Amino acid sequence: MIGTVQIAPVRKSIVVKAPPEHAFEIFTAGMVRWWNKEYSINKSPIRDIVIEPRVNGRWFERGADGSECQWGRVLAWEPPSRILLAWRITPTFSYDPNLMTELEVRFIPEGNATRVELEHRLEGYGAAAEEMFKVFDAGWQGLMEGFAKEAA
Amino acid sequence: MTYDVALIALADPTRRQVFEALRAGPKSVGVIAARLPVSRPAVSQHLKLLREAGLVGDRPQGTRRVYFIDPRGLRELRVWLDQFWNQSLSAFAAEVEKQSDEGRKRNDRYRSDRASAQKHRRKGSS
Repeated sequence: MIGTVQIAPVRKSIVVKAPPEHAFEIFTAGMVRWWNKEYSINKSPIRDIVIEPRVNGRWFERGADGSECQWGRVLAWEPPSRILLAWRITPTFSYDPNLMTELEVRFIPEGNATRVELEHRLEGYGAAAEEMFKVFDAGWQGLMEGFAKEAA
Repeated sequence: MTYDVALIALADPTRRQVFEALRAGPKSVGVIAARLPVSRPAVSQHLKLLREAGLVGDRPQGTRRVYFIDPRGLRELRVWLDQFWNQSLSAFAAEVEKQSDEGRKRNDRYRSDRASAQKHRRKGSS
């Protein structure tokens, strides 16, 4: 059955000569400095890429004209060791609120350097709607628990 | 390469809607057309192109034909994302290391400024 098909996640690993704090900072707050500007869903050229530094924060690009285009959400925010983003961009670079892929990035200290491990989980895309909704529900469940804890 | 074809096939917004209508499971042309503001012949045409791009498969079900998302097509899309992250992570690493170099230079400058300031102070006090 098509619903049980799994697409292996994209996994990448790279070592950068900097402490995890710095790598985390550049990955998140400094995303616009390294992002390939061709990958934009806005009509206006990218001026900034914003990841709001908190769980359920927005992830969006801001164009030169000030307009904002949503890319996704922050599902986990654990500086300087881990970030989990809901990536809702289709391969043609348009935003799809029904699309759910997860991008997890871990920053692991390795001597004076940092190993950056990236995993882009695609099972939410198309092939496994059931899986997608499970992940989506789990995501929200986690968010609600986090919120409940914060609010208590 | 096939993923280029897949990306071009999905660049059309209506075709993307047709593709995405299949996300929840296999459907016939009639069911897709009923959900979208698109005629049945147009849906058929989009499905034909999606099938040629390797994104959609079809099989008979009773008297109808149902269409479903072909995971092999998604694997091609995965190839695209794989390349995307290869490029992007290299750019990221370069930026991190550039920033640390600048940080180190700033620190070096700061240290040498402070050292020369101390020298001046020492000179002044003597």
